[in-house]
This record gives sequence, structure tokens and C-alpha cells, in this order.
Amino acid sequence: MALFRRQTAESADNKADQPEQPRSWIARLSAGLGKTSSKLTDGIGSIFGGAKRRIDDDLLEELEEVLITADLGPATAARLVAELAKRRFDAEMDDQQIREEFARDIADILAPVAQPLLADPAQRPYVVLVVGVNGSGKTTTIGKLAHNFREEGRQVTLCAGDTFRAAAIDQLKIWAERTGAAIEAREPGADASGLAFDALAAARDRGDEILLIDTAGRLQNRTELMEELAKIVRVLRKQDETAPHSVLLVLDATVGQNAHSQVEAFRDMAEVTGLVVTKLDGTARGGVVVSLAERFGLPVHAVGVGESAEDLKPFDAQEFARSLMGLA
Amino acid sequence: MFDSLTTKLGDVFDKLTRRGALREDDVNTAMREVRVALLEADVALPVVKDFVAQVKERALGQEVLRSVTPGQQVIKIVNDALVDTLGREAVPINLAAEPPAVILMVGLQGSGKTTTSAKIGYMLQGRERKKVMLASLDTRRPAAQEQLRVLGEQADVPTLPIVEGEQPVAIAKRALKSARSEGFDVLILDTAGRLHIDQELMDEVAEVSKVATPVETLLVADAMTGQDAVTIAKEFNDKLGVTGVVLTRVDGDARGGAALSMRAVTGRPIKLMGMGEKFDALEPFHPDRIASRILGMGDVVSLVEKAAENFEQDEAEKLAKKLQKGRFDFEDMLTQLRQMKKMGGLGGLMNLLPGIGKMKKQLAAANVDESMLNRQEAIILSMTRRERANPQIIHASRKKRIAAGSGTSVQEINKLIKQWQEMNKVMKRMKKMGGKFDPSQLPPELRAQLEQMDGGAPGAGLPNMPGGLPGGLPGLPKGFKS
Ligand SMILES: Nc1nc2c(ncn2[C@@H]2O[C@H](COP(=O)(O)OP(=O)(O)OP(=O)(O)O)[C@@H](O)[C@H]2O)c(=O)[nH]1
Ligand SMILES: Nc1nc2c(ncn2[C@@H]2O[C@H](COP(=O)(O)OP(=O)(O)O)[C@@H](O)[C@H]2O)c(=O)[nH]1
Ligand SMILES: [Mg+2]
Ligand SMILES: [Mg+2]
Repeated sequence: MALFRRQTAESADNKADQPEQPRSWIARLSAGLGKTSSKLTDGIGSIFGGAKRRIDDDLLEELEEVLITADLGPATAARLVAELAKRRFDAEMDDQQIREEFARDIADILAPVAQPLLADPAQRPYVVLVVGVNGSGKTTTIGKLAHNFREEGRQVTLCAGDTFRAAAIDQLKIWAERTGAAIEAREPGADASGLAFDALAAARDRGDEILLIDTAGRLQNRTELMEELAKIVRVLRKQDETAPHSVLLVLDATVGQNAHSQVEAFRDMAEVTGLVVTKLDGTARGGVVVSLAERFGLPVHAVGVGESAEDLKPFDAQEFARSLMGLA
Repeated sequence: MFDSLTTKLGDVFDKLTRRGALREDDVNTAMREVRVALLEADVALPVVKDFVAQVKERALGQEVLRSVTPGQQVIKIVNDALVDTLGREAVPINLAAEPPAVILMVGLQGSGKTTTSAKIGYMLQGRERKKVMLASLDTRRPAAQEQLRVLGEQADVPTLPIVEGEQPVAIAKRALKSARSEGFDVLILDTAGRLHIDQELMDEVAEVSKVATPVETLLVADAMTGQDAVTIAKEFNDKLGVTGVVLTRVDGDARGGAALSMRAVTGRPIKLMGMGEKFDALEPFHPDRIASRILGMGDVVSLVEKAAENFEQDEAEKLAKKLQKGRFDFEDMLTQLRQMKKMGGLGGLMNLLPGIGKMKKQLAAANVDESMLNRQEAIILSMTRRERANPQIIHASRKKRIAAGSGTSVQEINKLIKQWQEMNKVMKRMKKMGGKFDPSQLPPELRAQLEQMDGGAPGAGLPNMPGGLPGGLPGLPKGFKS
């Protein structure tokens, strides 16, 4: 099973007229970018050009830049390269070898956090609260999780906890229909924690095995909105002090270093227990996950690789690392 | 873990400022820090490299070496380069076309297209008195068309009736036809989010573009986008000829380096920024503001506006009048403390204020938190009305009484009074300047005073804290603009 669909972007020649070139250096830059690919794969390939090359300062700097363009962040990139330098300075390596080496380093960092989401059958229902910033993929991820659990033959209830965004309830209802899950919903604008409480009671009464609670997207610097999440958690615990059993933070792979701020805030306010990284079917590599793993050590349960119900895959450290390095 | 760009540049320039002459070594050190800071702010690497090279070149030029304060000069060069890249002025939406002028919204999944469509519709309809129609071509995301319909209803902007099962190109044609026949000035086409590498979907939107001949093709992108910003911008621009960028979620705490990347890659202006989820949370893009925020001068203008928003109208006007007279008493400070708490307290304000990165650390070191606001509030509440209006009458015995009443100490009261005095000084000076508050325009000695707020030993910068800058700002726009 391939974790990531590999697609190469054949960037069309930029023949589009460029009427506005305000400063000359921007013009130079735009021209230069035609050649610069932000993709790690191409990056390393072009550094080595296939042949063996001595690992020296120049090369290390180039390697560091390649990691940076994958969103590993300047600090992590610098450290990984420094570690490589310590081991291998002056060695001769080719393209493939250096990628393998880096992939191993990254996989080592990621291995401890690669943990599947296991819904303990002893909890009935097993309650999963799904949180994250706006548009990161929460609702779709719930649809995909529901699909997976239903495939396993388990009884699932969805709770339409996003009572704020226009048509968010309808969106989740469609996912419930698609996956054959039950749905608990109220009118738009209703109190989300009250709804979550009732949904838990209803799922319990029915003897459902899984309860997936959607929430409205919120930016982590909005304290009052973050308080709401804390409230949902508190209210659920009134009924079942072990709930929510999982709190998933959904991160968009396109995000840069702001992911750190997101994880920190959601962890503090909503007691996040694990991450899901979405939209890895694009060109963004989600490299920030590496420094997140080092800093927070939160499990990464799954990755989203498309918009359909089937497009959720378990997070695999080695595959992710190799994908970052452009290795099949 | 990551120091803010503000802090980083602050530290670098601090060092530079303290040197007499600027040497190539200094500039190199500064540029290394600028590079890292920009990368941490998610500016894309190729953009960073070019930016840094350009700034360095300028910094090593004659102008710098001859200038009296090389450090300041470098700050100015970096700032100018940032503003140059971001575009000097806010560029409005172009509607110069045979009506209906079509605006095509494109971007990745979840970037904010639908919300922004409704926001732009609301803006054009209200401010520009245009007759606007919204139409959703998103047949992929569940309930996406319904989402736009509801948003249209909320913002009171008409939407094209939904026809179940109709395909995007057909919807576009129908929208055009009905916009034309019903005399609409503007037609906004919301589309499904798509990955720039999804050939099929990119072809589809290209087809829509051919049919609709939009006067604006707006790329909607998230302010927290990472390094991929260059790829996204380049691909969408190559395939669709983007005319402008809308940056969403600028209300978040992302450093927004993507703004710099996208602007540099497409050469197209960033026209608007999304500042929240509601349909009125859209603002013209202000390059200078973003640049100054990046540079650690703080987004003072935004702060003022945010303050004004949260500030009850009459209170704001009352305060503005007092400020114009250069008078400011404890009653005003109390109002401000409360406004500050409303605005998300220290945390919320921090990111907006000049040189705040460092102050944040000092505050942490000095153990200052929301409770300080509460204590200061308690102190003022323990004053009589007369004391609040005439702080100069607060002498020893009154101080003791106030301390007892508020459960604080005389020292704390002295501190607060000192703060009030400092503030009045600043107010008077601002008044002399005609009330325009732009730190970069401040005379050097006043700037030094402001800078002193985040300098020195922990605590040294504190006296000015709530009563100082943050407190001083609410109410300014009204009183001082006139
Ligand atoms: N290509 C791709 N698109 C995805 C993926 N996951 C979600 N999406 C799309 O991203 C968009 C936003 O997804 P939602 O699930 O609605 O995101 P959300 O976090 O619930 O959004 P809000 O509720 O608006 O905050 C939709 O268009 C989804 O189809 C993914 O893994 N790959
Ligand atoms: N905080 C904030 N949220 C926004 C902004 N723009 C859009 N959103 C939210 O982002 C999410 C996705 O927006 P939507 O318009 O559906 O994105 P689309 O998939 O590109 O059409 C929704 O939850 C919106 O409310 C913004 O400027 N600030
Ligand atoms: Mg949702
Ligand atoms: Mg949409």
C-alpha cells in the first residue's frame, strides 16, 4: 500500500504575461524561481547530479536548504545537517546514499510517534473529539474515520459540534449518510458542549461503539474560542470521566512553522492526545511534523491523502521520512 | 521554541544600534539572523535568499556608512525592502469591465474561498454600492453550495439558485446569463478547492475561466502557509493568470511569511486580508503594516483599530477629547484596563505592540500576568472620584488608605502613579506631533523613550506597561485623526 500518491508537477513554462514587476530584484527572483523547485526530491537530485560528491561545507549548506523547503524549519534542518556532518564529513556519497542516510535520521525521530488510533472496545462509546484551526480538514477526517470504523463493522455516531460555520451541519450529515453512521445534530448556533453531552448520552443509550465529535474550526490565539473546547471536554467528563478518549488535532500539511503554536495551544486547552496530518496528496511535505515530534512527542495517528472516504492512511514513520526525502 | 521575528530582529538591530560604525561583519551577522528569522516566519527560502542578498547590498552601500546612525539605517533598509516586496500601496479590486465584472476565486482546499467570496460581495455591495451576485461552482465538497447560500443570506447578498447535479462550467454559464439579464454589476464565482497538481481539476477551472473571462482571478491563501507558498502561487499563476492574492486568517498568530513569498513569486498584489470568520472581517491589505509587524515595530495601526472596535463609542470620544487636551486621569486608565482585558488581555495585545517580543520575556521573568491588570484595577477602584480625576493629590496617607483598600502595597501605588505620569508625558508629545502615531516617524528622543520600555533590567520596562503604550492607544483614532 503506497502511503502517498506521487504526482509530479509539470510546471508549465511561464509564458503568462507579467505586467507588473515592481522591483528589479523581484523580476530576478521570479525568473530564478522557474528553476528552483520547492520539492525536496528535485532539490537533492540537483545537488548531486547523480555523481558522488565530497561532503563539505557547501554541500551541507545546500542540504540544509533542501530540508528547509520541506518545512522542517531552520533549527531542525540545521541540527540534522550538523549531525550528518559529524558522522560523515569528508566522506564521498552519492545522491541515493545521502537520501537514505537522511531518511533514516528522520525515521528515527518519527518512529516513536507513529501510533495508530486504536479505539478501545472496552469504552462504549469510545469518544473522539476532533479539533483544529479553520479549514484544516476536521470534518472530512471524521468522515474518513467513520468510514474506516464502519468497514470494521462498528456502530458509529457523528456529533455535528460545528454549530457555527454555515452549512457545517449539512456537511457532516452528508458524511453520515455516506458512511452509514448515526448523527446527532441541533440547529445552527446551538451550544456545542450541550450538544456533545446529549450526543454522548444518545450514543450510549444506543450502545454505539464510537462517537466522533466535530468542532468548529478556531484559531489558537482566540482564547474565548479555545475555552469552549475546554468546556466540551469538561461537560463530557460529567457523564464519563474517561472521555474524551482521544482528542485529535487535525493539521494541514501546507502549514508552516505556525503548527507549533497550534499544537501548543490545542494541547493546553483541549488536551490533545494525537495528530492527523491532512492534504499530503499535494506538494506540501509536512516536514514540520518532524520538529513537532521532537518537541511534543504526540502520536501521529494518520495522514489524509485525498478528499474521499478511503483517503486516510496510517502514519508510517519510515514511509513518511522516505517520502520527505523523495525516496519511493 | 521559536522566538518571534520581532524579537530576533530586535536583538540583531540592538547590537547594530549600539555600534558606532557599521562593518561588513556586523551586516553579515545581522543578515544571518534576518535569514533565520524570515525562515521561521515561513517566508519561502528562495525569496529569503534574494531578499537578504538585496538588503545586504543596500546596507553595505555608501549611504549607510556615511549616515550618523548606521543601525537605524539598516532597519530602514530592511523595512523598505519588505514594503517594496509587499507592494507600496493597497491595490483595490478591479471592476473595470463590461458588467457583470466577474471575480473568480481560486485556491487550495480550505483556504477560505467561500467565506472570502461572501465577504467581498458584502464589501462591494455596501461600500461600492454595486449590485453583486454570488455563485458557487463547488460541486465537490459536501454542502459547499449550501454554505455559500447561507453566507449570502447572512450578508444579504443574492446567490444563484442551486440546481442539483449541475456541473461547474454549466453553473458558470448560467450565472453569467442570469447576472447579465438581471443587471448585476459584479458576479463572484466561488470554486471548489483544488490542488495545483490535480490536472483534471485545474483544467476544469481553466475552462471556467475561459467561459467567464474574469476581470479578477483571486488566489485565496492561508496566512499560515509554509514553504509550499511558492509552488502554490507559481502553479496557480501559470495556469490561471492570477490577478491578485487574498491572504486569509491574518487574525491568527502566524507570522505571515507567505505574504512575502506569494507577492514575490506572482508579482501580483495582495489585495485583501481576511481578519475573521464573519462576513465583515475583510480589510484592504496594508503592506506597511505587515512589514512593520514583521520588523518588530508592531502593528500599531491594527492595534489602534482593534482597540477602537472594542471600545464603546462614547467612551472613546470622551477619552479622545481628554487626550487632545493632553490630560489623562485614573478614570481613563481604569477604562483602559478594562478595555485591555476585553481585548484578550496582555496576550492578545502583545503581538501587536512595538518591540514586544522582548517585553514578553521580561514580563514572564518578572512574573507579570493578567493578575497585574486585576491589581491595578483594584487600586484605582479604591481611589475616590476626586483622586482619580486629580492624581496629584494622592499623597502618603491617601496612598496608605488605597493600599489597604485594594489589598496592595504603597509601592505598587507609587508605580502606578509613575506610570500615569510617564503616560501623560507621552500623550503631550503625541499631541504636539499632531496625533499621528507612527513609531518610525517619532523624533529620536521619543522613540528612545518608547524603546526604553522594552530595554533594561526585568521590570525596568514595566512601569509603562498597561498604562503606557497599550493603554494609551484606545480612543486615539477618533480624537487624533480629526
Ligand atoms: N486534497 C485533500 N483535501 C482535503 C483533505 N482533507 C480535507 N480536504 C479538503 O479540505 C477542505 C476543508 O476540509 P473540511 O473537512 O471541511 O475542514 P474543516 O477543518 O472541517 O473546516 P472548517 O470546519 O471550515 O474549519 C475540504 O474541501 C476537504 O475536501 C486531504 O487529505 N487532501
Ligand atoms: N479566523 C478566520 N477564519 C477564516 C477566514 N477565512 C475563512 N475562514 C474559515 O476557514 C474555514 C474554511 O473556509 P471556507 O471559506 O469554507 O474555505 P474554502 O474551502 O476555501 O471555501 C471556515 O471555517 C471559515 O470560517 C479568516 O480570515 N479568519
Ligand atoms: Mg468542519
Ligand atoms: Mg468553499
